[in-house]
Amino acid sequence: MGLAFGSSGAGFGPRGAIESFGAENAGAAYNPRVVVRLLAYLRPYRRHMALAFVAMLASSALALLTPYLIKLTIDEYIAVGNLEGLTWIAFATALAFVGSFIATAGQQYLLSWVGQRVLGNLRAALFRHLQALPLGYHDTHIVGVTVSRVINDVAVINELMSQGVVTLVGDLLLLGGIVVVMLSMSWQLALLTFVVLPLMVLVTWWFSRQAKRAFRETRSRVAAVVGDLAEDIAGMRVIQAFAQEGATHQRFDRVNVANREAHINAMSLSFIFLPSIDFLSMLATCIVLFFGGLWVTQGQVTLGVMVAFMSYVTRFFQPIQELSRLYTTLQSAMAGGEKVLDLLDTEPTVKDKPGAPDMPPIRGEVRFDHVSFRYRPDAPLVLRDVDLTIQAGQTVALVGPTGAGKTSIANLIARFYDVSEGVVRIDGVDVRDVTQRSLRRQFGLVPQDPFLFSGAIADNIRFGRPDATDEEIRRAAKQANADVFIDAMPDGYQTRILEGGVNLSIGQRQLICIARAVLADPRILILDEATANVDTMTEALIQEALERLLEGRTAIVIAHRLSTIRNADMICVIADGRIVERGRHDELLQAGGLYRMLYERQFVTAD
Amino acid sequence: MAARNETLPATAAQPDAPNTWRNLRRCYGYLRPYWKATLVAYLATLGMNALSVINPQLIRSAIDEGVGRNDISTLAWSVAALLILTLVKGVFTFLQGRWSEVASQNVAYDLRADIQRKLTLLSFSFHDQSEAGDLLSRAIQDVDRIRFLTGRATLRIAESVVLLIGTAAILFWMNPQLALLAIATTPLLAWRSLSFGRRIRPLSLAIQRQLGVLTTRLEQNLRGARVVKSFAQEPAEIERFDRENERWFEMSAQSARLTSVNGPLLNLIANIGTIFILWYGGRLVIEQQLSIGELVAFMTYMAQLVGPVRLLGQIIPAVAQAGAAAERIFDILDAAPDVHDAPDAVALPPVTGHVRFECVSFAYGRHQIFKDITFEAKPGQIIALLGRTGSGKTTIVNLVPRFFDPTSGRVTIDGYDIRSVTLASLRAQIGIVLQETTLFATTIRENIAFGRPGATDEDVIAAARAAQAHDFIMQTPQGYDTYVGERGVTLSGGQKQRIAIARALLTDPRILILDDATSSVDAETEQLIQRALERLMVGRTTFVIAHRLSTVRMANLILVLDKGRIVARGTHEELLKTSDLYADIYHRQLKPRDHASP
Repeated sequence: MGLAFGSSGAGFGPRGAIESFGAENAGAAYNPRVVVRLLAYLRPYRRHMALAFVAMLASSALALLTPYLIKLTIDEYIAVGNLEGLTWIAFATALAFVGSFIATAGQQYLLSWVGQRVLGNLRAALFRHLQALPLGYHDTHIVGVTVSRVINDVAVINELMSQGVVTLVGDLLLLGGIVVVMLSMSWQLALLTFVVLPLMVLVTWWFSRQAKRAFRETRSRVAAVVGDLAEDIAGMRVIQAFAQEGATHQRFDRVNVANREAHINAMSLSFIFLPSIDFLSMLATCIVLFFGGLWVTQGQVTLGVMVAFMSYVTRFFQPIQELSRLYTTLQSAMAGGEKVLDLLDTEPTVKDKPGAPDMPPIRGEVRFDHVSFRYRPDAPLVLRDVDLTIQAGQTVALVGPTGAGKTSIANLIARFYDVSEGVVRIDGVDVRDVTQRSLRRQFGLVPQDPFLFSGAIADNIRFGRPDATDEEIRRAAKQANADVFIDAMPDGYQTRILEGGVNLSIGQRQLICIARAVLADPRILILDEATANVDTMTEALIQEALERLLEGRTAIVIAHRLSTIRNADMICVIADGRIVERGRHDELLQAGGLYRMLYERQFVTAD
Repeated sequence: MAARNETLPATAAQPDAPNTWRNLRRCYGYLRPYWKATLVAYLATLGMNALSVINPQLIRSAIDEGVGRNDISTLAWSVAALLILTLVKGVFTFLQGRWSEVASQNVAYDLRADIQRKLTLLSFSFHDQSEAGDLLSRAIQDVDRIRFLTGRATLRIAESVVLLIGTAAILFWMNPQLALLAIATTPLLAWRSLSFGRRIRPLSLAIQRQLGVLTTRLEQNLRGARVVKSFAQEPAEIERFDRENERWFEMSAQSARLTSVNGPLLNLIANIGTIFILWYGGRLVIEQQLSIGELVAFMTYMAQLVGPVRLLGQIIPAVAQAGAAAERIFDILDAAPDVHDAPDAVALPPVTGHVRFECVSFAYGRHQIFKDITFEAKPGQIIALLGRTGSGKTTIVNLVPRFFDPTSGRVTIDGYDIRSVTLASLRAQIGIVLQETTLFATTIRENIAFGRPGATDEDVIAAARAAQAHDFIMQTPQGYDTYVGERGVTLSGGQKQRIAIARALLTDPRILILDDATSSVDAETEQLIQRALERLMVGRTTFVIAHRLSTVRMANLILVLDKGRIVARGTHEELLKTSDLYADIYHRQLKPRDHASP
C-alpha cells in the first residue's frame, strides 16, 4: 500500500465499508418534495448545521493542507538541510493535525447530535399524531407496520438528513480539492494519476450493486432461519407429540444451509472487492512512483511533490466510497420518508369542532336519533336508522349474532367513530359538539380481550386516573375482587405485568380491567364481555365485581353472559344493523322471537 | 417454580474466568472439522503480512536506488514488483477472507443445527420455563458472536500481532532509534481504542435496550388504543412516550459524543507519531544517517499499522462478549433432557390401548402437583378428567406420551412400563388435540399430514371430512394448498381446532389425549367440533380434559381432581349422587353452557 500521512475520517479504509454497503432496503425514486419536507425538520437546528458546515470546511481544508506541509518539509527543509526550520514546520504540521482533529470531531458530533435530536422529534411528532387518529385508523392498521414506521423508517431518514447533506458537500469538496491541489503541483503527474479514478468509481459502483443483492439475500436467509426456529419452538409440543423431530431437523437444515451459503457468497464478494480497491490504490501509487520518480531524476518535479502525491492518491477512495454509500442511504430514505409523511398526513376523521366546549358532568342519558352508520363511505351500512333511548343509570344489554352491529353501537356512544346519519346525544348534547377528551374522560371500558399494559399492576389500575393514591387503588381492587390475588403476589401491587399479561391468568386480567374501570369512576360504562373460559370460582368473582361496577352507572353491555342479560334493564336484540327486539329477559322469552331462538341455541346447548 | 436440572440458568453478569476460557476453547473445537479451510486462511494471513512488510522496502528502493541514483531500470523493476506483489497480496486477502468465512459459517451452521436438535430433545419442563425470544436470541445473535470469534476476530488478532512484530523487527533493523519512536504511539493507540470499546459497548447495549422500551411503549399504546381512548389518557401516554424518547436521546447524544471524538482522536495520535518520525527522521536524513527512501518507508510502515491496531481495540471487547455468548449457547446444549430413551429401550409393539397409572406422583421441583394417582383405562374407554385450574389434570395426561416422567410410581401401556420403550414408538401410537392449537406456517395439507408425512391426498381429505373441516377448507383460496399463518389465511379458533382433530385422526392413534375446551366459537362451530371429536374417540382409549357435559356423559370413568388427588370417580350418574364437588361443578360449569357469543 501507499502512504497515508495524516489519515483522516473513515476508520480502517475499505474494510469498514463491507457491511455498510448492504444496509439498505428497496429504494424509491428521488422525490424532491419529500426531501424538502423532511429538511424542514432541520430548521430549528440551522445554527448547529451552519457550525457543522464551517467545521466541515475547515476539516476538508486541513485534510488537503497536511500532505502539502509534508511536501514542504521534504523539499524546503530536509532536502536543503535546514534543521531549525524542520522543527518549525514539524510543529506547524502538528498544529494542523490538532486543528483537523478539533474540526472533524466537532463536525461529527454536531451532525450526529442534530441527527438524533431530529430523530427523537420526529418520533414524538408521530406518536402525538397517532394519539390524535381515531379508532378507525387503529382498527384498520396492523400494529407491527405502524411500529416499524415510527421506529425503523424514521431512523433511515435521519441518517440521510443529518449526515447526508453535509457529507455530500464535504466529500465533493474534498475530491475536488485533491484534484485541484494535485493539478497545481504537477498537472502532468496529476493527469496520469487520474487514470485510476474512473476505474475506482466503476469498481465501487459494480460492487455496491452486487453487494446490495447479496446482502439482501443474507438478510432474508437469516429471517428464514429465525422464522423456522421460532415455529419449531412454538410448536414443540405438537412436534414431540407426533414424534416429528426428524422432519423438523431436515426442514431446519435446509434454511440453515441456505443461510450459510448466502453469507459465504456475500462475504466472498467483499473479499474480491477489497483487494481490487487495494490494487487500484497501488496502481495509482506506482504511477506516481514511476513517472514521478522519472521526472524527479529529470528535475521536472521535486521529491516532495512525489511524496505528497502518494499521500493524496490514497485519499481518493474514501470520498468515492462515502458518496456511493450516500446514494444507497438516499434511496432507502426516500422509501422511508414517503411512508412516514403519509402517516403524518393522515387526517383524523373524528375531530373536535373548532372552539368546541367541554362536556359538562354527565348524568348518563344516551339517545340515538335515527342513527345510520358505515365504517367507510364505500362500505355497506352496519347500522340502519337506529332509535334508542337509555335512561341515566340503566344497564342495556346488546345481543345478536356476530357482525350484527353491537360493537358499532358502543363505538358511536364514545364517539370512536362519527355517525353517517342521525345524531347521538348524551344528556341532550350532540357528542360531536363537545371535545372528545372531556367526553371520554367520563367513560369507562372493560374490553372483551382483557388488555393490560406491561408495567406494575398498580399503574394498570391507575391508568384512567393517573393521580390516584395507593389507597384508592387498593379500594378499587377490593371492589373489583382483585385484592386477594394481588396481595398474594410476591410484589403485591408493584408486581410487573409482562407483555401480553402472560404472567396472569385470563380471569385475573379481567379483574384488573374491572378495577381500572372502578377507579376511573365513569358515568357511562362500556362493557364488552369476555368469552374466554375461566374456572368456576373466578367466574363468580368476576360476576360479583361486574355487578358492583354497573351499579349507579349507565352501562352498555355487549353481552355474552346469561346473568348480565337477566339483570339488564333492557335487552336490545340487534340483527342486520337494526334493533329488532327490545325488552326485559322474561318479556322477550315470552315473545318467542329471535331472542328466544338465540337463547335456546346458545345458552342451553348440550343439555 | 423451583428450578429443575434442565431449566436454563440466568446467565451471570460476570462469568467467572476459567469457565469462560473453557467455553471459548470449546467454541474453537467446532473449527476442527474445518481445519483445512482454517489452515488456508491462516497461511494466507502469513503471506499477506510478509508482503506488507516487504512492500515499503520496494518503495524505499524505488526512491533511493531508482530516483536517488538515477537508475531508471531499478525504478521500473521496483514498481513492477510492487504491482505484482499487490496482486499476490490480493489473492491472499481473498483466500484469507473466503476460507475463514467458510470455516466460521460452518461453525455457526453446526451450532445452530445442534441447538435445534437439542431443543427437540428437551422435554416439556424445559420448554414450559424458557421464553421463545430468549432461545431465538441465543440461536441467532449469540451464535453470530461465536462465528465472529472463531472467524474474523481471531484471524484479525493474529494478523495484527504478526504484523506488529514483523514491522517492529524490520524497523529496528533499519534504524533502532527511529523504530523506537515509531512504535511508541502504538500502545497509546491500542489503549485508546480499547478503552473506547469498553465504554461504548455497554452504552450501545443500553441504547438498544432503550429503543426496545420505546418500541414496546408504542406497541402497547397501539394495541391498547381502545383502552387509551376510552379513558381519555392520550396526554398521559404522550408524556410517558416523551420521557422514554428523551432518555433514548440522552443516551444517543452521549454515544454520539464518544464516537465523534474517538475516530479523529485515534487519527490525531497516529498523525502525531508520523510528525515525530518526520521531524526526527528528517534530522537523520540531514545528518546523512538515513536515506530519504528509508524515511518514506518508515512512514508507510506506520500508516500500515494504524488500521490493525484500531481494529484490535474493537475486537477484544467482542471476544469478551463471545465468552458470555458461548456460555448462553452451552447452557442449552448441555441441558440434560428429563425425558429420554433408556439405553436398553425397545420399540413398543402395536398396542390395544390398555393404560394403567400405578401410584403415580409428580412434583415440579419441590412443588407437588399430584400424588398417588391410580386408575386404569381399558382399551377403547373414555376417561374424563375434571377439576379446577391447577388441580393437575393436564399434567396427568401429559405423562402418557412421556412429556414428563413421574416422580414416583409408573405408567404402563399393555403392560409395558412406558419408560422402557422408545419415545418415538410410544408417541407414534398416541394422538393429541390441545386447546391452544398450534398450526405450522405451511399448507393446510401439510398441517393435516404432519404426523404422517407420507399420507396420500385421499387420506388427508378423508381425515378432514371426518373432522368436519373439509367444507371450510374448500372455501379457502387454494383449498388444501392454502397457506396458514402470517403468509396465508388466518383461521378462526374453531377452524384451527378442526384441523388439529384431522391431524390426530390421520395418524390413527390407539390412544388419544384431548382438551375439549372451546372458547369463543359460535354454536354451529361448537356442534361441528363436538361431532368431530365424537367420531375421533370411537374405538380409541381416550383421555379427555372435560369442559362439556356431553363429553362427561359419554365417559366410562370420570376422575374428579382436587389439589392433586382424585377425590371422586365414577360415571356421571354415580357422581351426581356421591360427589358434592362434582355436583357443584356440574351445576356451575357444565349445566348452563353460556360460553358462546350470542
